[in-house]
Amino acid sequence: MRIEITINGRKRQFDVEPNKLLLNLLRDELYLTGTKYGCGIGECGACTVLLDGAPVLACLTLAVDADGRRVDTIEGLAEGEKLDPVQEAFLEEGAVQCGFCTPGFIMTTKALLAENPDPSEEEIREYLKGNLCRCTGYVNIVKAVKRAAENLRRVK
Amino acid sequence: MRMSINRQNTHIIPTRFEYHAPTSLDEAIELLTEYGGDARLLAGGTDLLVKMKQRVVEPRHLINLKMITGLTGIEEKADGIHIGAATKLRAIERSPLIREKLPLLHEAVRAIGSVQIRNMATLGGNLCNASPAADSAIALIALDARVQVKGAEGDRVIPLDGFFVGPGKTVLSPSEVLVEIVVPPQGRSSGACFIKIGRTSLDLAMVSIAAAVTLGDEAVEDCRIALGAVAPTPIRVREVEAFLRGKRLTDEVLEEVAAMVSAAIRPITDVRATAEYRRTAAEMLTKDALTRAAEEARRRRG
Ligand SMILES: Cc1cc2nc3c(=O)[nH]c(=O)nc-3n(C[C@H](O)[C@H](O)[C@H](O)COP(=O)(O)OP(=O)(O)OC[C@H]3O[C@@H](n4cnc5c(N)ncnc54)[C@H](O)[C@@H]3O)c2cc1C
Ligand code: FES
Ligand code: FES
Repeated sequence: MRIEITINGRKRQFDVEPNKLLLNLLRDELYLTGTKYGCGIGECGACTVLLDGAPVLACLTLAVDADGRRVDTIEGLAEGEKLDPVQEAFLEEGAVQCGFCTPGFIMTTKALLAENPDPSEEEIREYLKGNLCRCTGYVNIVKAVKRAAENLRRVK
Repeated sequence: MRMSINRQNTHIIPTRFEYHAPTSLDEAIELLTEYGGDARLLAGGTDLLVKMKQRVVEPRHLINLKMITGLTGIEEKADGIHIGAATKLRAIERSPLIREKLPLLHEAVRAIGSVQIRNMATLGGNLCNASPAADSAIALIALDARVQVKGAEGDRVIPLDGFFVGPGKTVLSPSEVLVEIVVPPQGRSSGACFIKIGRTSLDLAMVSIAAAVTLGDEAVEDCRIALGAVAPTPIRVREVEAFLRGKRLTDEVLEEVAAMVSAAIRPITDVRATAEYRRTAAEMLTKDALTRAAEEARRRRG
């Protein structure tokens, strides 16, 4: 099937089988390997991308279902060498250890802060519930989201 | 205990299928009629694609509902609030109308999965998947909801209460589509409560309950109680409701109600909890939910 998806701002055309998952299209055909395969069944959030701005799971999305839509991945955030304020904050707060969960957390955080520029700790934990991290214990991730919110408010 | 993660290769969808994206309901019903048991409707895919990865179902035709106009949206009409079957759970959760008029549904939807899951999953999918633990189902049964269905043989309206047949089974025929869910207006002296116990906050319920209570002076005038994950389907306990009408919620009455609920349910032991645990929890939750629903009814009456 012919489909067209705007990936990180660029329109791309593909010819895909209907059973192709968006996750595998991104990773195997575009080499956008920042988006991770963790569990494949919706439980870990490592595959989170933004579909028309909303965080969804690429491991449970058919590529054909993204036809005509906008997909944003972790690779689209930095501008050249300049990291996104959310990426900066994750580094500053030591919210990255092995890094496997990080792209998913950062994409979900982008969506959270777009909806709610000044979230409380409770709101952060609730919104990030679908992203699992085996390393950090979450404390630094929550701090990073708070700092990202501050960074973003300052930029504006 | 059985580990389910990565027992299969969940990297890919192993089976091939033909993909259809009809733009009208009639077209979708024609496709369903043509392909029958070989076809499945795709809404958010959060249940269906997991099952396809695990080869629990292997449809040869997938019919995506997303291009069909008129299947999404939330609207208040004279006979109640209408919710399109393909409306995303996240849209329901964020709707000010639902939050104000149907807080029970708001709470139940919020308890489903994660933000990502709710951005993908639909209300119709939660009902048609027919899990005994479906969170929206027990809330909607307690709210006396009905569903509007369209198929090759025409339209019909089904009380949600009579929609579920068994795990994964509803009364829908293979050529029928769930079109919308209608929740009738709730009375002014009504209160409701939703409680879910899960292993983790992301998981399906081990036990859940939704109760809606309308108070007379102090006694229960009317009530509806539905429980999740304690029987082959979400269940409504009508005998308990009948018993409660005209009674005050005293400690003795609540004890009796808990015993009646215990007799009505048929919990099983599975990876999430034992039958004994489910029974004890269902008894406790019944008392809690009724007490809290009655408190809210008092508050709303002012
Ligand atoms: C990680 C994870 C966590 C979850 N947590 C919860 C939870 O806490 N509580 C809970 O209740 N559920 C939970 N679920 C289950 C699931 O997300 C919900 O049941 C969801 O609402 C299903 O909706 P969907 O649109 O994704 O359905 P789909 O997967 O697209 O469809 C499900 C079934 O319904 C049929 N169907 C869909 N729409 C229609 C229609 N309009 N007419 C007729 N048939 C239709 C499909 O053919 C399919 O058989 C979870 C799932 C995952 C992966
Ligand atoms: S890989 Fe998609 S949620 Fe785990
Ligand atoms: S940093 Fe290793 S899983 Fe989160």
